[in-house]
Amino acid sequence: MSLQSQANPHQRSIFERFPFIPALGILVVLMVLNGVAEPNSMSYGAITGLTKTYLALMFLAVAQSIVVFSSDIDLSVGAILSLVNVVVVVLIERLGGGPSAVLLSCFAGILVGTLCGVFNGFVVVGLRLQPIVATFATGIVFTGLALWVLPVAGMPVPQSFWRTYGGRMLDIPFVFYIVAALGLLIWLAVKTKYIIQVMAVGDNRLAAYQSGLPVTRIRITAYALCGMLSAVAALCIIGDTASGDPVVGNAMTLYSVAAVVLGGTALSGGSGSMLGSAIGALIIGLINSFVFFAGITSEWQNFAQGVAVLVALMAGVLVTRRISK
Amino acid sequence: MKMSTDTLTDLVKAPLVVALGLIVALLVLGELLSPGFASASQIMRLLIVASILGVVAAGQNLVILGGREGIDLSVGGVVSLSAVIAGNMMQGSDAGIIPAILACLATGAFFGLLNGLGVTLLRIPPLIMTLGMLGVLQGLLVVVRSGIPSGLAAPGLARFVTQPFLFGIPGMIWLWAAIGVLMALLLRRTLFGYRIYAIGSNENAARMAGVPADLIRVSLFVFSGMFAAIAGFCIIGYSGSSFSNVGAQYMLASIIAVVLGGTPLSGGKGGYTGTMAGAVLLILLQSILTTLNIEEAGRQFAFGATLLVLMLFYGRGKALRG
Repeated sequence: MSLQSQANPHQRSIFERFPFIPALGILVVLMVLNGVAEPNSMSYGAITGLTKTYLALMFLAVAQSIVVFSSDIDLSVGAILSLVNVVVVVLIERLGGGPSAVLLSCFAGILVGTLCGVFNGFVVVGLRLQPIVATFATGIVFTGLALWVLPVAGMPVPQSFWRTYGGRMLDIPFVFYIVAALGLLIWLAVKTKYIIQVMAVGDNRLAAYQSGLPVTRIRITAYALCGMLSAVAALCIIGDTASGDPVVGNAMTLYSVAAVVLGGTALSGGSGSMLGSAIGALIIGLINSFVFFAGITSEWQNFAQGVAVLVALMAGVLVTRRISK
Repeated sequence: MKMSTDTLTDLVKAPLVVALGLIVALLVLGELLSPGFASASQIMRLLIVASILGVVAAGQNLVILGGREGIDLSVGGVVSLSAVIAGNMMQGSDAGIIPAILACLATGAFFGLLNGLGVTLLRIPPLIMTLGMLGVLQGLLVVVRSGIPSGLAAPGLARFVTQPFLFGIPGMIWLWAAIGVLMALLLRRTLFGYRIYAIGSNENAARMAGVPADLIRVSLFVFSGMFAAIAGFCIIGYSGSSFSNVGAQYMLASIIAVVLGGTPLSGGKGGYTGTMAGAVLLILLQSILTTLNIEEAGRQFAFGATLLVLMLFYGRGKALRG
């Protein structure tokens, strides 16, 4: 979705319009492999379970991709997730645990995540620090705050919270509504002027500035949106784990970057797809489940996962490059 | 006269000078907060810890200098893996030292080579290649650790790392100093060194001038793997035995040491002397925060916030206007 291709819509190939197609291919292959290794792994119930576990990573990957579009990176998404996780859990407890307390706490959590994103934007864009090291440092700050809010993992959330997340509505698992909402969000986002602007900034920052785009505002907004969606990811984690943990998300940061790349988005910015990032998160989930079901002995499972993710990453980069040529 | 004021401002702004100034300031602060902080034995202990980070950062520094978004996220994995390999091969016996160090170096070189080949031949961006390799290494760590009891450092290695060796200074610090001198010679006095800066600042121009850019870039990743392996080997000497994923903390710390030392992540300029100061600065900061005896939450918060402030001194990007 580079600017050039915007100018000549007729010359755009189908892959250029839908950069997530290779990822979709990998996803289908993995689903087939899973189904062959263990037919039950592709049952309705198993897919629901997989979605429940990896929904947070899907949101985190979509969050990360917005920042990557503008040619930045956010290594604090995991720490934001952790901070929002403990803030929401502690707030629910303090407010008494009723339904209104839950809702209010969720909104507060999303606000906290957004503020973290704005802070990242201020540090990277306003102070002009290098994104990789600067967001790593802000991540440490957020982790410090999370440990201050809740020093050790624990503190359960009310039953209503995880019952809803893990339950059904009109006979359809609740998580699928969230997936649908995420899909709708992406569909709407792609239609906005903002997403074109963010791509323009990522494609060529100086050119975007010289053509009058408010580059600073666009980049800070990207970080803010990233923080906001990371907060939503935190809510999914709470639904899945039903408790607070000040470091629950920290290991997810690098997975979010991997998912973005798996989804066909180049880290150099200026092009890519949010849907692809969500698919990338599912690819990681399916790789993990395949390694489990393929009967690999437990001590070799992590290694097999690592190799599979590396191969998928490399394949993704190579295919994406070949297509965009 | 303008010339000299400019030189003076340049000097004050030079990352090495800033880092050294901050190191002295932090030592004074530490001594004020907790008398004995800046004693010779404490400083020696700090330097040993810093030297391990510094050795990892040497490889990271080379990869970053080589440009084209060069970065090595897999160093932490190599450190952990080589610590386990070293421990398992030595099993507390001095006879195992030589085989252990050879095995570690081979491991580091192998994974560095894979990184380098992926980055050059397949042109996978370094961040992605080394991120994927980190996952592979962490998986391998599980395989190597399981079944075998965690290894033990050879007494000779432990002495080398922690006990005075020459003029009352442990061998580990001598080793780091030697690496510092060799790195400076490599970067400033050899064709290889010039070529690193050449591909780091303008790869196309370097290629046209006949620089074998791919070969050099592969070797930088091999160096990075080997330096990380040496660090992992030495960690065993420091801690006695290997514990799980000891290297994880070195991944971003090594990058930050490089940045605080005045090498921007865009590559092509900077050097290792600054990185050494950056490593000391980082360890000193952590040590002071530990001395302060505050809770983990406050320590993390202060550490992150201080890093942000320190970064303001270095490598801020250019504004779009003007």
